[in-house]
Order: sequence, then structure tokens, then C-alpha cells
Amino acid sequence: MMSGGKREAKYGFLFASPWLLGFTIFMLYPLVASIYFSFCDYSVLKSPIYIGLDNYKALWGDEVFWIALKNTLMYSVIALPAGMATAIILAMLLNAKVKGMTVYRTIFFIPSLVPQVSLAVLWMFVLDGEHGILNPLLNKVLNIFHLSGPNWMTDPNWSKPALVLMSVWGVGNAMLIYLAGLQDVPTQLIEASELDGANGWQKTRHVTLPMISPVILFNGIMGIIGTLQVFTVPYIMFPNGQPVRSTYFYTEYLYDNAFRYHKMGYASAMGWIMFVMILGLTFVSVKMSEKHVHYQGS
Amino acid sequence: MDRSAFTLPILTVAVLGTVYFSEFLTSPDKPDGKVHVKYWEKWTAFEFDAMKKVVDSFNKSQDKIQVDILSVSGIEDKTLMAISGGVPPDVVGLYGPNVTQYADNHAVIPLDDMCKAAGITRDQYIEAYWDIGVIRGKVYALPSTPATTALHYNKEMFQEVGLDPEKPPTTIQELDEAAKKLTKKEANGHILRTGFLPSEPGWWNWAWGPFFGGKLYDDNGHITINSPENVKAYEWVQHFSKDYGGTALQTFKGGLGGFSSPQNAFMSNQCGMEIQGVWMYNFINMFKPTMKWAAAPFPSAGPGLENPTVVDMDVLCIPTGAKHPKEAFEFVKYVESQKGMELLCMGQKKITPLKNVSAGFIENHPNPFIKLFIKLAYSKNAVSTPKIGCWSQYNDEINNAFNAITLMQKTPQQALDEVKDRMQPIVDRYLEHLKARGEK
Repeated sequence: MMSGGKREAKYGFLFASPWLLGFTIFMLYPLVASIYFSFCDYSVLKSPIYIGLDNYKALWGDEVFWIALKNTLMYSVIALPAGMATAIILAMLLNAKVKGMTVYRTIFFIPSLVPQVSLAVLWMFVLDGEHGILNPLLNKVLNIFHLSGPNWMTDPNWSKPALVLMSVWGVGNAMLIYLAGLQDVPTQLIEASELDGANGWQKTRHVTLPMISPVILFNGIMGIIGTLQVFTVPYIMFPNGQPVRSTYFYTEYLYDNAFRYHKMGYASAMGWIMFVMILGLTFVSVKMSEKHVHYQGS
Repeated sequence: MDRSAFTLPILTVAVLGTVYFSEFLTSPDKPDGKVHVKYWEKWTAFEFDAMKKVVDSFNKSQDKIQVDILSVSGIEDKTLMAISGGVPPDVVGLYGPNVTQYADNHAVIPLDDMCKAAGITRDQYIEAYWDIGVIRGKVYALPSTPATTALHYNKEMFQEVGLDPEKPPTTIQELDEAAKKLTKKEANGHILRTGFLPSEPGWWNWAWGPFFGGKLYDDNGHITINSPENVKAYEWVQHFSKDYGGTALQTFKGGLGGFSSPQNAFMSNQCGMEIQGVWMYNFINMFKPTMKWAAAPFPSAGPGLENPTVVDMDVLCIPTGAKHPKEAFEFVKYVESQKGMELLCMGQKKITPLKNVSAGFIENHPNPFIKLFIKLAYSKNAVSTPKIGCWSQYNDEINNAFNAITLMQKTPQQALDEVKDRMQPIVDRYLEHLKARGEK
């Protein structure tokens, strides 16, 4: 006779087995295999040949790898805070008690539902230096200073800022999570601070933000992962990372190596470097935030 | 009895039942006794329809083989995965410049024996096309639809600026002069239209060197992109940026519409002359049938460099691991026959790769310059991409250098030296790995 706990475990695993099977076959196996492939010369079409650390050594000396990494980090460093700040500010505004708020919330969430490909095409029309709709608006202000809007799409100095600008468009999901966090802030704390004479900024700084700090941390980590893996929009908007590889990101180079140059081993090595990087950054952010993140009930 | 004891059997039956029903609903038609050949092709729209006609005609011509054609987007990725997964189609339509990459990996099978048995030989084809499919002496691909490129020019714009529309430029100097006349700028440098841009449409940035007599690769495994001829070619490319002004040109380029649209630079009178392929007629006919245009050989960069053209083509290959290679080749043979090929190429409004051309093909061809495009295929200055397995990467590097040159970030010498420095170790490594796998 099986004990209750064991029986429960058996059924637990049984019911979870479709997912476990799927995970093992479609995630775990490729994951483990790609570690091995990263030490191989592997074109996908022929069986892999073990070459030790060759791929990693070659990556170290690969100029384009460094360009792609630099682009990705630069993009991440600007897009992540910009996106987070926008999402928090929007969430706070949408948390106000105003009539018709549900409509505003929907309006601000809708852009994040636009598929990435449509988003890229749409923004190509917006950012076009000659016929785009953004520059004429900008020019109204810039012309006062005898300046004019930049060539967002063709000037290497402006292509990354263009992508950052676009990334803000998709903050809807993060905004929604912040909004949920904000609604969880206990009103008695706010009221207590009001009684103590705190003004709006002080309430935000000392009550609201600390109370939603776990949400900020979560969105921050998801943001790190998301921005470091930016792919679809630049891939469509700026073929080959043009102009002059200023928008050539890590995942694009990885994709090119895997599927266009048939260097799956090299791409696997790149994938693992990215994995370790994200793991490291996540670990650092969790460690660094220990003192600043307040969990309710802890 | 515990009720939960029934849960698992009921769930199992439900799952199996669903699987059975979905299988039942999607079960294939009853066997028709024919061998089904799976054929993946990259084309869509009228280009696909043209091949579909050939497939239908083949299927009707006999009762043993049925070719099932499927239009596949991103054909390179999917073929790669299908071959490595052991479930490739029986025939696949790839791009000519990719053949080496697939042949090097033995992902497509050599067709020499089957060609011999079927009486398909090199002398039946325009050499430039046959040779694209030959890698290290073996035939891995046969032509499907070929193309050549020529200078397309806007006759009305020529007339407007006092150029003779019946006398297109024949040398690079004449091209430059005509381009200057056709260009319109505002006083502040803002470009309204250009006469010619080497970056339009920007599909053959690698070809400018060979047009100037340069080579991209020699047979000893050397990257030769920084040879004097190539440098000269890209200096010519850069002079357009210097003349127009880098920023003004960037703005102008940014505003050009997509190729397959009425906003196309050539059709919307934003570019007076353009290098384009035999297919351009189809698009003009679709988007601006009233346009007065003509095609001529691209101007020569010097004596001995007359009639330069890019020969490019789509090919048919049989992947390794195909279930029915013999039957697949029967279909390929049908496409390669004069009847099949002309049906296909007429449908796609391209030229035929075969030397024998039926009288009706030229007479009935809607492209008014079809004779020119066929003649260009025989040119001794017809250029095609070098046969190295890492061509896609090399091409990306050339495109990147081209971009830096047109943006005036680097001198041609500097940019091409960098391509050489970057690509040579990659090519060396590639060849080393090839050797390690037992290839010559």
C-alpha cells in the first residue's frame, strides 16, 4: 500500500507529465545539446565535429561580435530605464481617481498589443527622414533654433535612439503590472503619511515606490532579459544592422551565424555567453536590490 | 470504490479519442498509386503560378508521378531544418548563390549521373548559367529561372533635360554626365531627384568591383576585394555621395519607397537611371504601364569591360535524404526541357537559360528588351557571385563596407582593406574545416 504522500506525488507527476515531457524534449534537450554544439564545428547539415574552445576563442577576436554586444548593451542601458520610467509614470497617472479611467487605461495599453512586425512597418513611416510624420512635428520646435529633425533611419548616430523611442511604445505590459502593484499599496499607509504632513512627492518617494519595489525589481529583470534579446523590430527596420551596423544587435548576429552562415556551433557559443551574461546581471540586480526592495509581510 | 480511480482512465480515453479523431479528420486521401514528389518553391504570386503551370503540365504528361508544389517562405531556413531533420522535400528551389553552401555540406545531391542518363549537358545551356550549379566539378543544381541586369532609363526624363532618349550612355563617364544633367536639387542642397545612384536598388553592391574588372575571390582561396580595380570601382561609388552631399543623400535615400510599389524610385521619377534585372518590366507594367522607359547594356568602365551584367538565377536541387530522388529528377528533367523551361520563363517573363530558343518565345515575350537580356547572358563580362560556402557572410561584409563608403565614413581603400582583413581568416577557417571533412 502506497503512503498518501507518495501517491500524491505520483499523481502530481503524472498530471504534470505532458508539460514535463514537452519541457524535456523541446527545452532541456536542445539546451544541453547546444552546450555540446558550442564546442563543435556544426553546420546543422553535417554531424558536429568537436573543436574544443575554438568557437569561444574565435568570438573573442571577432570584431562584429563586439560591435553587436556593444550595440546591445548601449540599447539596453538607455531603453531599460526609459521604458521603466515611462511605465511607472503612466501607471501612476492611470492610478488616479478620475472619471472614465478604464477608457484611458485601455488606450494606453492598446499599443502593446500591436504585433512587432506591424510595429516596425508603422514606425518606418513615422521615422522616415524625408516623408515621416515625426520630423515635421519636431521641426516646428527645432526650426526656431535653425535645426531640423534627424534622419532617424539612415544616420548611424540616430538609428539607436530611434529604436529606443519605439521601445517606449510597448510599455503597456509593464505599465499594467505597475498598476496592479500600485493598487496594492495599503491606503492606511498613504493616509498615515498625509496625517504626518507629507506632500505628493514625499508620499511617492517614501511610501508608494518602496511599496511597489518588488514589482519594480521584477519588471527590471524582465526588462534586462527583453532588451538584451531585442530582435524583431531592428531586424525588419534596419536590414543587416544598417546604417553601418549601428543597429546590429547580439541576437541578429546569433541568428545570422546559425541560419544564414550555417555556423550553429558558433551561434550556440554566442547563446551561452548571452545566457551567462543575463544570469550574471539578474544575480547582480537581485543582490543589489536586497536593501531597497520591501516585501509586504516580511 | 474511490471515484477518483475513474478519473485517470476517463482522461486517457478522452485524450486517445481526440488524437484518433484528429488523425481521422486529417487522414490523407486514398493512395492513387502514384509516387508523390514534394516540391518546395520560394516564389509567390505570378512567379509561383508560372511554375504551377509547369507542374500541372508535368503531372498531366504521365501517370506515375505526382508533383505536389508548395510555396514556402524563408525557404533557406526551412530547407536547412528539414534536411537536418531527415524530412526534406524531394525537390527544392534555392537561390543560385546558396548552392555552394549546400553542396559543401552535402545537403544536396550531385546530379551528374542523372544528367548524363537524361542527356542533359553543358552545351545545351548558356555557360554562365550552367556553371552556377557546378561546384568543384560536380553538378549540384540546374537552372530554373535566370536573369541578367541592364541599365534601365526614363526616356521622358532624358528628353526633358535635352538628352537623346535613343542614345543611352555607353561609358561610365557618359553615365556620370547624364546623371548630373538628370539630377535636380534645391538651392539648400535638398535633392529632388537623382540621375543615378549605385545604391539603388542596392542588390548587387558586390558587383561594382567586377564591373570595373576586379575579382572578389581567386581560386587559391584569397579574398581579393581590395585589389586596385575594386578600389577604383568603389571610389566611383563614393563620388556620388561627394557630389550630392552625404546628409542630403541620406535624407533622399530614406524617402524612397519600397521596390514592389508605385513609390519605387525608378517608377516615381526619383531616379532617372537604375541598374535592374529582366523582371523590372513586370513591375513597370503593373504599377506604371504608361511609363516611357528603355533598357540598354550597363555602361562600360573601360576598354574590354563592355556589356557588364550580373547573371543570377534560381535553381532546382534535390536534397540529401529525399525519398524519391529518381522521380524528383524526372520532374527536373521536364523543367529543363525546352518546352518546360519556356513555359516557366515566359510565365515569369524572364529569359531562358537554354541556348535553343523557339522563335515564338522571343516574338511572344512581353518584355520589349528580351533580346538584349538574352544577349547580355553571353557577355564575356557577365559576373556572378564567387563560389565559396561563406558567401552570405562575405556579401554581408561587402554590403557593410558599401554602406560605410556611401555614408563617407571610410575611404574605399580603408573599407575594402577591412573587409579583406576580416574575411580572409574566416575563409581560411572555412576551407580548413572543409579539408578536415575530407573535401578537396
